[in-house]
Amino acid sequence: MTTAAKNGVTAPKLIIEGLSKQYGAVTALEPIYLTVPTGEFLTLLGPSGSGKTTLLQMICGLAEPSSGRILIDGRDQTQTPVHQRDIGLVFQHYALFPHLTVAENIEFPLRMRALSATEIKQRVKNVLTMVQLDHLAARFPRELSGGQQQRVALARSFVYQPSIILMDEPLGALDKKLREHMQIEIKQLHRETGATIIYVTHDQEEALALSDRICLMNLARIEQLGSPHEIYARPATAFAADFIGISNIFRGQVDTSNGEARISTPHGKFRLPTGASLSGTEAAIVIRPEQISLGGDKENTVVGRVIDAVYAGSETRLIVDLDEGETVIVRLPPGHPAPAYGERAALGWNPDAAVLVP
Amino acid sequence: MTAITAPAVPLRQRLLRPNALWLAAPGIAFLAVFFLYPVLRLLALSVQDPASGALSVATYARIANTDVYLQVLGITFKIAGNTALFSVLLGYPLAYWLAELKAGLRERMVLLVMVPFWTSYLVKTFAWMVVLGRTGVINSMLTGSGLASEPLPLAYNEFGVMVGMVHAMVPLAVLTMLPVMIGIDRRLIQAAQVLGAAPAQSFWLVYFKLSLPGVTAGGLLVFISSLGFFIVPALLGGRRETMLAQLIITQVQELLNWAFAGALAAMMLVAALVTCWVYDRLFGLSSLSGDTSAQGGGTGRLRLLGLVILRAVAKASAVLSDAARRVIGVRGARRLLPIYCTLALVYLVLPTLLVIPIGFTSSQFLEFPPPGYSLQWFETYFSSPVWLSATLRSFGVAAATAICATLIGGLAALALARSDTRWGGLIFATFLAPLIVPRIIIAVGLFYLFAQIGLVATDLGLVIGHTVLALPFTFVTITAILKNYDWRLDQAAAVLGANRLRTLLLITVPLVKGGLVAAFLFAFITSFDELTIAIFISGGIKTTLPKQMWDDMILQLNPTLAAVSVVVFVIVTVLLLVAERFRRTT
Ligand SMILES: Nc1ncnc2c1ncn2[C@@H]1O[C@H](COP(=O)(O)OP(=O)(O)OP(=O)(O)O)[C@@H](O)[C@H]1O
Ligand SMILES: [Mg+2]
Repeated sequence: MTTAAKNGVTAPKLIIEGLSKQYGAVTALEPIYLTVPTGEFLTLLGPSGSGKTTLLQMICGLAEPSSGRILIDGRDQTQTPVHQRDIGLVFQHYALFPHLTVAENIEFPLRMRALSATEIKQRVKNVLTMVQLDHLAARFPRELSGGQQQRVALARSFVYQPSIILMDEPLGALDKKLREHMQIEIKQLHRETGATIIYVTHDQEEALALSDRICLMNLARIEQLGSPHEIYARPATAFAADFIGISNIFRGQVDTSNGEARISTPHGKFRLPTGASLSGTEAAIVIRPEQISLGGDKENTVVGRVIDAVYAGSETRLIVDLDEGETVIVRLPPGHPAPAYGERAALGWNPDAAVLVP
Repeated sequence: MTAITAPAVPLRQRLLRPNALWLAAPGIAFLAVFFLYPVLRLLALSVQDPASGALSVATYARIANTDVYLQVLGITFKIAGNTALFSVLLGYPLAYWLAELKAGLRERMVLLVMVPFWTSYLVKTFAWMVVLGRTGVINSMLTGSGLASEPLPLAYNEFGVMVGMVHAMVPLAVLTMLPVMIGIDRRLIQAAQVLGAAPAQSFWLVYFKLSLPGVTAGGLLVFISSLGFFIVPALLGGRRETMLAQLIITQVQELLNWAFAGALAAMMLVAALVTCWVYDRLFGLSSLSGDTSAQGGGTGRLRLLGLVILRAVAKASAVLSDAARRVIGVRGARRLLPIYCTLALVYLVLPTLLVIPIGFTSSQFLEFPPPGYSLQWFETYFSSPVWLSATLRSFGVAAATAICATLIGGLAALALARSDTRWGGLIFATFLAPLIVPRIIIAVGLFYLFAQIGLVATDLGLVIGHTVLALPFTFVTITAILKNYDWRLDQAAAVLGANRLRTLLLITVPLVKGGLVAAFLFAFITSFDELTIAIFISGGIKTTLPKQMWDDMILQLNPTLAAVSVVVFVIVTVLLLVAERFRRTT
């Protein structure tokens, strides 16, 4: 369930209509359509160069769209200059002002909005408490650790309660442990403030952990938009399946001639999930590792040689080289006897557990 | 249980162990003998009674009691201060514009600042004499077109001096501010705007504040350089624009009054050092080298005051720029900066270029535009034994200087790069010092020393003096190159069996060759158009090209000077462009 739905608020905060960006001959973003409800935590996930930063920059006004409109709270803001958009942005390298102290950095947006001195003081104090940095208010950014700087950047973008907060790989410069810790803090800030957040990352685990919805981007387009579970369980494309979670993908030709839909791949002919349909004949089926079981008793079966078995506590991961030269990953539940290295194994799956993608 | 302690290395052994720091020794010794000692000796002279050698402050008393000297002191500070102010004011938008350009385009545009920076002061000043004089370019255009009935007094007054000084110093201001501005993280400006700052506000509150170290460093360098200036005031000023350095020259050359010259030099040096000290207290000297890591400096209250002022300025200019945008439109407002910068570059480059056609004039006078063209002035130049021998001497001295300065400076740079000593800062400062101490002081000090050891009017004396002046340039250039050098290559060579010397000659030197060539050429140019030391050291028939030009310019302007200027300008510009090329490709 999304935070937005929990709060019972459903009015769209942000509507993007046909927004695109062209840098000379380079298309940084194809025209896209996107609606973000108030209070949602939306993640833009995608490989490098897929247009995530470009999209963020257009939302906050740092880049001018080549076409399309941006509506915030129902108002067209496409032409509004950056400083009047009332959007928060957390940069990957924090972009803290080196000549201002932590407190002065945080009060900067409040001063720009000409708030009263008492109000400024109060708000800075509150937000500093929220990110647990009260004791560092008088320090300069260079006197802080990476994680602390990141907290200041977060505080600075939350303090003026902008209508939307954009974060461009805010944790990209931190090490893994700190990153996981900060993820929890960001999630908490989101819950406490009810802010609408659009968050860029190319780390799929981070996206899965944080988001209400994930907007998967590839080649300057939106590949798939949905909740983490939807995208994991029903990937719309082979790219989506490959990018989120581990997938076994078999490409082939769909053949419906004998009344029953099948796909013929180099590894054999497999039955398709019931109800699956497709316009073309070129397609692929995606099977998650936990859907595959040992033993050739199933209708869809492939055979290969075990080249590695990795024991990972809660599961055992088998890596099997198929005879036709592809690798399949299998997840066995704990306690399940695993074949040894070099043994032959037959792998099967229930047709309905697979997903057909173009 | 026995405690295991590493045997201590005896101190003597530690000191004598081969250490890269020793490579700086020749340079330090050289500067100690030919820079520190002469300067200190000169200062000592000022507090000595010339006859008895006893301690005496009579000279200072005489200065304090003579109106003329106090006036000169006041004028010197005023001109230097105004020059610093205007150079920074005029240079800031230009540096800003350059910093915003794409790197490739910027490198080409910066050359338009580099060329006037390295163009000989004599050539630049000669150009202004031709442009501003009574029958000069501007006046003949004004009277010719009927805009003015008689020539305007553009030269031989304070206006002329300021035009010439600022023209000479804007490039230094721009080149000092530019690296700081390039180093400013553009995302900070974006961040400020996202947080609600209008463009004018984000400029003042973030960009300007972050560029301040460059601004103050530029102002400081211009002020200190201007303190010791004499070429421009002597040639473009009147009697009332006499500066301290001119006074020193007269005292030494005409009156041989060493104590007095020493006292004047001491005052100039103290002024320079006090300025540096104040600067250091306020901003930290490290920001001189473009190091902005020590941002946010200054003490608490001063910093807060600065912030309050900046906020007021930011608010006011946001209102102003809003109004301006309404009057001339957004597009008009966007053009203002490029238009200004074009004009500024024209101011920097055009006067010198005007000299070129004049060098080819067929007239006997310095007319512009020339009534016709001929090569007669070049013929005069190339057939004059005086000019030719001066030219040859300048080439020889410059080449020798470049070799010495590159060698000594290079070794010192290597020493600093290869040893992490806590003396690094001091060594760095020592090699930069000849740049900070006004040249006139070094020159007079050397003159006194050379007079005692018989080096006056010798080529060796010139080479030594010029090497002192060129060392900062070679040292800084090579230090910068070595900073980017991958020392693991040296380790690799060592592992593969090369000893230190072979590593240096076979690996390091070939890889930093471009930087060495650039340093060599910068030193060559420094010597080639050096005048201050030449005025004192190159006497009689042993004159250098700049000294010969100076003598001619004081006596009588003539078209031969234009021809010589063209030659000097072309040589220096070509060498500079080659040097820049080498510096970039390393
Ligand atoms: N200023 C620019 N000029 C030209 N091309 C640009 C510019 N900015 C971005 N691009 C191009 O637009 C495309 C999308 O870039 P964008 O920065 O949005 O990618 P991204 O998804 O944020 O990637 P990353 O994960 O690496 O940050 C890229 O192909 C990039 O090269
Ligand atoms: Mg990006």
